[in-house]
Amino acid sequence: MAERLTDIGPPKYDKFLPPIIKENYGKWLYHEVLKPGVMVHVSETGDKLFTVRVGSPRLVSTEKIRNYADLAEKYCDGYLRFTSRHNVEFLLTREENIDPLIADVKGLGHMVGGIGNSISSIVHTQGWIHCHSAATDASGVVKAVMDDLHEYFETMKLPGKLRIALACCLNMCGAVHCSDIAILGIHRRPPRIDHTKVKKMCEIPSVSASCPTAAIRPATVDGHPSVEVIEDRCMFCANCYTVCPAMPMNDPLNDGISIWVGGKVSNARHEPMFSKLAIPFIPNNPPRWPETTDAIKKIVELWAANANKYERMGEWIERIGWPKFFRMTGIKFQKEHIDDFKYAGLTFKRSTHLTY
Amino acid sequence: MADQIPNTPKLDELEKGPWPSFVKEIKMAAKNSPMARDLLGVLELSYNEKIGHWKHGGIVGVMGYGGGVIGRYSDMPEEFPGISHFHTIRINQPSGWFYTADALRTLCDIWDKHGSGLTNMHGSTGDIVFLGCRTDALEPVFEDLTKAGFDLGGSGSDVRTPSCCCGPARCEWACYDTLALTYDLTMHYQDELHRPAFPYKFKFKMSGCPNDCVASIARADMSIIGTWRDDIQMNQDEVKKYADNGLNIQRDVAGNCPGKCMDWDGNELKIENEYCVRCMHCINVMPKALRPGKDRGACVLLGSKAPIVEGALLSSVLIPFWKPEPPYEDLKDLVETMHDLWCEEGKARERIGEFIQRVGMGNFLEEIGLEPLPEMVAHPRENPYVFYEEYYEEDDGDEGEE
Repeated sequence: MAERLTDIGPPKYDKFLPPIIKENYGKWLYHEVLKPGVMVHVSETGDKLFTVRVGSPRLVSTEKIRNYADLAEKYCDGYLRFTSRHNVEFLLTREENIDPLIADVKGLGHMVGGIGNSISSIVHTQGWIHCHSAATDASGVVKAVMDDLHEYFETMKLPGKLRIALACCLNMCGAVHCSDIAILGIHRRPPRIDHTKVKKMCEIPSVSASCPTAAIRPATVDGHPSVEVIEDRCMFCANCYTVCPAMPMNDPLNDGISIWVGGKVSNARHEPMFSKLAIPFIPNNPPRWPETTDAIKKIVELWAANANKYERMGEWIERIGWPKFFRMTGIKFQKEHIDDFKYAGLTFKRSTHLTY
Repeated sequence: MADQIPNTPKLDELEKGPWPSFVKEIKMAAKNSPMARDLLGVLELSYNEKIGHWKHGGIVGVMGYGGGVIGRYSDMPEEFPGISHFHTIRINQPSGWFYTADALRTLCDIWDKHGSGLTNMHGSTGDIVFLGCRTDALEPVFEDLTKAGFDLGGSGSDVRTPSCCCGPARCEWACYDTLALTYDLTMHYQDELHRPAFPYKFKFKMSGCPNDCVASIARADMSIIGTWRDDIQMNQDEVKKYADNGLNIQRDVAGNCPGKCMDWDGNELKIENEYCVRCMHCINVMPKALRPGKDRGACVLLGSKAPIVEGALLSSVLIPFWKPEPPYEDLKDLVETMHDLWCEEGKARERIGEFIQRVGMGNFLEEIGLEPLPEMVAHPRENPYVFYEEYYEEDDGDEGEE
């Protein structure tokens, strides 16, 4: 065991930086978007670095990664990077390589785009592919949505940036809560408690403490030390299930998708803001989730047709007002849209600033 | 274990359409990997039943580490033996996600030898994710990874793998060296990254400018976002060129300015920098004409998180302006003070943002030794229920007081 290496950390980033970046580190002067998915950064030294951004399904095989590596070698002296939204970026110093690279990328079945006023790849979680608490799939919904919206990846004809994200349960491993459109898997029935297993698999005080609404309390059921759930107080967050596997939430009839709109992260123009509930529940309908994709496409196209230039979805909705958003989209406003958790009153309309 | 690729009529539908298909990726891996074949089988079942088939992980990992591996087991091990264990391995990515072709091939070789051949490039927190590993292969994967210069990332109640934007490597807007700070913090917190000992997770994310390309303000317990203090750098000739090329500067640039500090008279752009809130909009629209100022640094914010447990939070301002300079001891000292307090007083699964909500920001600042500043709040309190901790007595201030 003498040779066992630990805590070495990641490779230092400069091992993998192309020479042009090492020479121009911190010296970049400006950039221009040359066409969809292609930009150039110009340095104060006069050097130019071209970037070709390629959409990805995020779940990629080693074979595909080897394809990326081959393209990087063929056109970019072996250098590439990934973005925070799972796109691949090829870094080129020779402008004449851009179009041949794009042709090869398309040959692999991938698209070039996602820069400027466009949609970028959808950040998402694992879903049914790999997660125990998923209320919906992730990759499948994202694939169906992107098939519908790909023209907005490959062009820059949207008013502003469009950032869609998906999390397959409220745990939000992808932290989607500040997206223009958030697709969020939700459960809507209380946990099914396996009273024979609670004591064996779970620590009862921790389970009680895990509930944000204090709906769980210790109880003896059929002679087993276990817990009971006050169902009126359960809002299906699944935090109890995460600390106690004997309380599964997953349920084919009651799991589905909710749609949230109008969030953003960037500080540009409006301050960062949370997404707000647009559609409380859409049943899971694999393999292509048509109700979900239709709803999203409709919202995107309404925004695209009506927003001012550079206006993100949340900025547009704030300008026109939520009543108008519901009228324009035809989404029925219902009880679930009204907040009833902590400090809900802060979200009530407290003025007569209304449009008719 | 499936010896051939199973029939998957539902999943096959997702091979159609223009966007790249994850089903094709799994099938590519399935040519050589029985694990990927069984994954197709169980996923098709999920598509029919509308429910997942994965169980809780339990404790699984490599020797000496508590984090970096997320245990995952099938609830149908007899039907799908290839994925009876299907653990996730998180691998700490290089800052800014820059790679060489050789480095990627090295990772692929390791994963083809030991695992399913499926990855996420990358996971939400930033790590390279190897998806689907048997328990007995974990230690061999780890050995091969470390020999190749790669280490595991964080999982569980520890420092999660720090991540950052491409920063000064390829962006003219980077107000500090995000890659250097990320690497430094990652190395400094190796023990905290690999051995969970906190109430819950702690994430650092570094963005070079207020555009915040890594969404640090929404997703990081500590969000370090580049900004500047002096005036926006401006080239009037280039501004004019944008106008000549058809940009409506008054409407689309000045009209979108949240500080209302810009005016365009058709010839000259005026900026009252005193009122600029450093939002980046004008710079984003005219990158050839405008640049962040020269006195650059970062705003340090604290406390964002997704909903579980007590609801979602955005990070809020802790240090309005900080000059990141190696070895960043001032920041590390502050973080250590905060970690000590949170580890001592925090509840299980309570993120630091929730802890601050519970104890009060004023009390939190007092404990970590920071002065309250008006930049920390959107506005002062509206409710009059003030918890004064002391009150005056009649003889307060009298001489001779004991």
